[in-house]
Amino acid sequence: MTQSHRIPGKGLIDRSRPVRFSFDGRPYEGFAGDTLASALLANGVRLMARSFKYHRPRGVLTAGPEEPNALVEVFEGEQKTPNMRATVQEVFTGLRAQSQNRWPSLRHDLMAVNDRFARFLAAGFYYKTFMWPAAFWERVYEPAIRRAAGLGALSGQPDEGRYEQAFAFCDLLVIGAGPAGLMAALSAGRAGADVILAEADARMGGRLLADQPTVADRPGPDWASQVLGELAAMPNVRLMPRTTVTGAYDGGTWGALERVGLHLADPGALPRECFWRIVARRAILAAGALERPIAHPDNDRPGVMLVSAVQSYVARHGIDPGRVVVFGNNDSALQAARVLTAQGVRIAGYVDPREDVAVVEDFPVYPGAAVTGTRGRLGLRDVAVRHKGGVSLIEAETLALSGGWNPTLHLACHLGGRPDWDAGLAAFVPRAGMVPSMTVAGAARGQFSTAACLADGLAAAKAALSDLGLKPGTDTAPAAEDRPYTIAPFWAVDAGGRAWLDFANDVTTKDVQLSAQEGFSAVEHMKRYTTQGMAPDQGKTSNVTALAVLAEATGQGIAQTGTTTFRPPFMPVSIGAMGAGGRGMGFAPRRLATSDGQSRDMGAPMIEAGLWYRPSYFPRANEVTWRQSCDREVTMVRSSVAVCDVSTLGKIDVQGPDAERFLDFLYTNAMASLKPGRTRYGLMLREDGHVMDDGTCARLGQDHFVITTTTAAAGQVMRHMDFVQQAFCANWAVRFASVTEHWAQFAVAGPKARELVNKILQTPVDERNFPFMACGPACILGVQGRLFRISFSGELGYELAVPARYGADLFARLVREAEGMGGGAYGMEALNVLRIEKGFITHAEIHGRVTAFDIGMAGMISARKDCIGKAASRRPGLTGAEREQLVGLMPIEPQAAISAGAHLYDKDAPATREHNQGYVTSVGYSPTLQSWLGLGFLRNGRARHGEIVRLVDGLRGIKVACRVVHPVFHDPEGGKLRG
Amino acid sequence: MRISCPCCGPRDRREFTYLGAAAYLDRPDPDAPAPEWDAYLHLRDNPAGRTRDLWYHDACGSWIVVTRDTVTHAVLAAEALA
Repeated sequence: MTQSHRIPGKGLIDRSRPVRFSFDGRPYEGFAGDTLASALLANGVRLMARSFKYHRPRGVLTAGPEEPNALVEVFEGEQKTPNMRATVQEVFTGLRAQSQNRWPSLRHDLMAVNDRFARFLAAGFYYKTFMWPAAFWERVYEPAIRRAAGLGALSGQPDEGRYEQAFAFCDLLVIGAGPAGLMAALSAGRAGADVILAEADARMGGRLLADQPTVADRPGPDWASQVLGELAAMPNVRLMPRTTVTGAYDGGTWGALERVGLHLADPGALPRECFWRIVARRAILAAGALERPIAHPDNDRPGVMLVSAVQSYVARHGIDPGRVVVFGNNDSALQAARVLTAQGVRIAGYVDPREDVAVVEDFPVYPGAAVTGTRGRLGLRDVAVRHKGGVSLIEAETLALSGGWNPTLHLACHLGGRPDWDAGLAAFVPRAGMVPSMTVAGAARGQFSTAACLADGLAAAKAALSDLGLKPGTDTAPAAEDRPYTIAPFWAVDAGGRAWLDFANDVTTKDVQLSAQEGFSAVEHMKRYTTQGMAPDQGKTSNVTALAVLAEATGQGIAQTGTTTFRPPFMPVSIGAMGAGGRGMGFAPRRLATSDGQSRDMGAPMIEAGLWYRPSYFPRANEVTWRQSCDREVTMVRSSVAVCDVSTLGKIDVQGPDAERFLDFLYTNAMASLKPGRTRYGLMLREDGHVMDDGTCARLGQDHFVITTTTAAAGQVMRHMDFVQQAFCANWAVRFASVTEHWAQFAVAGPKARELVNKILQTPVDERNFPFMACGPACILGVQGRLFRISFSGELGYELAVPARYGADLFARLVREAEGMGGGAYGMEALNVLRIEKGFITHAEIHGRVTAFDIGMAGMISARKDCIGKAASRRPGLTGAEREQLVGLMPIEPQAAISAGAHLYDKDAPATREHNQGYVTSVGYSPTLQSWLGLGFLRNGRARHGEIVRLVDGLRGIKVACRVVHPVFHDPEGGKLRG
Repeated sequence: MRISCPCCGPRDRREFTYLGAAAYLDRPDPDAPAPEWDAYLHLRDNPAGRTRDLWYHDACGSWIVVTRDTVTHAVLAAEALA
C-alpha cells in the first residue's frame, strides 16, 4: 500500500512524477514537490526520529526549516550528512534516508531506558553527577558522555563533494518570498531596481501556499504564480529559491546558503551547495513568522504538530492528517480549524484556553480548556482535554498546537540589536534601524494578515526605492484576507507530567523552573544550564516560550527577562560550503617561473615558496637520495659553474629625480651615494627597529633603480614602500612598480661563471669592465637584458635578466652550457647550503624579532641620514650583550646531524627553559667543509666564538655538542666572491 | 564590512590589509626623545566610537585613512593618503 494518507487531487505536488526513495531501508513512493517529511506522512509514517536525551519517539513538528524533531541522515559514503531536517530535504528517486540516535532500530530503541530515569536526568545532571574525582573528568566521564551524546554521525572521511562560493550584488535584497516579499520584489522590479529575491523553500509563495487565502479574488497560490511569472521575466530580478539568508554583516553584506544539487537524483556537474555573499544597497526582511507550540504534558508524540504545519501538509502536499484536535490560544488557530474543515479534514475538537471563544462552529469547541495529556506509544492515539465539563479523551491521529506566532526577526538582530516585546502580539518584534540598510516587512514585524503583509511589503519597497534614488511605481496592494489577530498569552499547561519546550534538546518546563530555582535565572544562564535553544535548530520553536516560563518562575515580566543573543548563521551552514575553494590547491593561484617546465622535465621535485614553485634539486641517474643531488650541486658551484632561477625574488623598479632620496629613507644604508652602474646590498627595517627585509639595490641610471626583495617578503615590502611614499613623501618626484613577473633572472655561479656568460653575451665581460657589484644593460643572445655582478653563493657570480618571454630559452641555454663545462642546474637545497656556508641570511634568520645589531649589521645604519626604523633601533634593549646574536655552529663530530628549531644551552647546563641560551634557525650539510653547519642566535654570541654549546632538539631527540664560530664558514675574506 | 576605496569604489574587506591607527602618520622628528618615539610606536587609544585607521587596498596600492565607528561598525569616511 503506497501513499495511503494522500487526499486525492489535493496539493501542489506533481502527481505525474512519482519518486521512489527509502527510509531506514524500506522503500516508499512520493511525488515531485514532496519533502522527505511530507512523503513519509503520505505513507502513514509518523515516527521519524528519537529525541536527543530521553530517546523518545518523535515525528515531525513543523513543515519548515525550523524543525526540531525530524532530523535524519541522508546520502551515503563520504557524503553522509547527519541532522538533515526531513522538512527541508526534498525527495528524489534514489534518495536513501536513515533515522539516527537509536539502537537497534527506530521502533525499538534500547536507549529509551533514559526516559524511565528522566527524573535523575534533569537539567544540571552532568554538572552535579560527574564532579568527583577530578582525575575522572578526562579519562572516564568525558569519553563515556561523548559516546552517549550526539545525534547523527559523520562518515569520518573527507567530503569529496563539490561546493561553491559566489558573490552577488544588487540594489535590493528581498529575504523571503511570502506575500510581503513577493509584493516588495514586484514593486521594486517594476521600478527598475536590481533585485534578488531569496527564499529558503524550494517553492516561492510562503504562507500563500499553505493557508491559501484569497488574493485579488484568486486563490493565494495562483496569485503567487502570476507574480513569480512576471518577476521571472524581468532581467533585473534574480529569483533564488532554496536559498537561506544565513547572516547579516556590516556594510550591507549578507551570507546565504543555496541548496543547489541536494534535491537532484543526478546533480551532474552541479555543486551540492553554494555559499553566497550578497552585497545589497538595501534589504527587506520579509521572512514571515514561526509558529510556536504550547507546552503541555506529553506534547512530543509523533502526530503532534504545529497548526501551520498541518495546514501546510494538507494544502501543499495533500496529506490526510486523520482526526485532528486543534489546541490554540489565538485567532489564527481558530481560522485554521475552519479552513481545514472546509478542506475536508475532520476536526475532532478545537481547544482554547480563552473563555470567550465562539462555540458555534462546524466542529466541537472547548473554550476555557486545555490539553492535559496524550497517549499512543509510537504515534498519537488520543488527546486528554480538560474543559468545563471535566476531562475528555478525544481520539485523534493529529494534535495541532498553536501558542501564537514569533516574527522571524533573527537577521534583524545579527548586528547586536535587541527586539521589543509586543504585549498585544505576545511576541518580540524588531525595532526600526537594527540593521542600517534593512527594513522589516510583513509578518516578520508582526503584521499577520495577508492584506497587511501585502501593503507592508509594498510600503517597504517604496521606501527602499526612494533610498536608492529610483522612482516608485503606482502599484497598489491587491485586496486580500484581512482578519484581525488576537491572542491571549498562554505558554504551558499546569497539569503535572513533563511538558516539552525544546524538543530538539529535550528541555521541559521543569528544567527551566529548576534552573530558576537553582539561581540560573538570567536568560543567558538558563540557556546554558538547561541547553534550551542550543540544538541544531537553535530553539526556533522554543526560545520565546522558554523565556516566558522562566519569567513566570522568576516573577519578572518577559520584557525584563529579555532574549538570548541572535547570532549568525540563522540556519546550519555546512563547513564544506563555507570552505569551498579552500581544500587542497583550491583557488590558490600558482606562480610558475619561466623555467618551471624544464625544471619538471629534469625531474626536479618542486617546493612551494609562497605562491611560487621552485625546484628543490635536479636528480641525476645515479643519485638515490636528495642529499646526493644537493651535495653534487653545491660542489658544482664551488668547483665549476651552475645555474639557478632567481626570478621569484621581488623586483621593484624605482624611478624619478627623488628616487635616491626615497631609497635613502627606506634603506638603513645610503643609496644616494651609489654610482650608476653599481649595485649595493641593502637592509630595510620596520619602524619599530626590527629587520624587515634585505636585498640588492642596482642603480641603472641617475634616476633609475631596480631593487630586489626576498621571495617571501615581496608583497610586504611593496606595501611598506607604498605606505612610506604616500604617508611621508607624497610630494617627492618618485614612482615605483613591481616588475617581478616582467623579468626572468638567472644566477650563474662558480669559478667558471665568467667563461660561461661570455659564451652568450654579445660584449664579453672581464674583471676590469664589469667588476664585483657592477650592473648594466647587456645584449644576451640578441635580446636586450640586464647583467648584474652579484652573488648569493659566495662564488664568482653573475645574474642575467631578460624579459620574461625569453626566460625559458635562456635557462635552457645556460643549463646546456653549464653541463658542457662540468656543471649544471642547482635548486633550492643547494642554494640554501651555499648561503649557509657563507653566513648569508634569509627569513629563517630575519624572522621579525631580530634587529640589525643581532645580525651584526648595526654598522649598516647610516649615521648621516634618517631612515625608517633608525630611531627605534637605538632603543635600550635592542642592542647589547643580552641580545641573542647571529652565530655559526659546527658540530664537534662533523657528521652529527643537527636541526633547525633546536635550542642552545651551555655545555653543562640542563636543557630547560630557564637555561635557554638561543636557538638554531638554519642547518645544512656542507660538502665543501665536510661537516654539518648551522646558523642560529646565541645570547651574546659574537663574544663567544670558540665556545662549545649543547644543541638540543627535544622534538627529534637530537643532542649534539657544537662549537660557536663566525657565521661565515667559507671564504671569510671573500676572495672568491670578488673573483 | 566594505570600504570605499577612493580609487576603486566600494570593495569587500577581504581586498584590504589593516595596519593600525592613523596616529602612525604623525612620525616624530628623528631626534625626538625616546618617550615620544615610544608613544608613537606602541601607545594607542582604544576608543568605543569614532576611530581613524589605516588600510591598504591590495588591488590598487592605495593607503587609506578610514574613519569608522567601533560600536556601530559604520564606515564614515575613507580618504586616500596621497
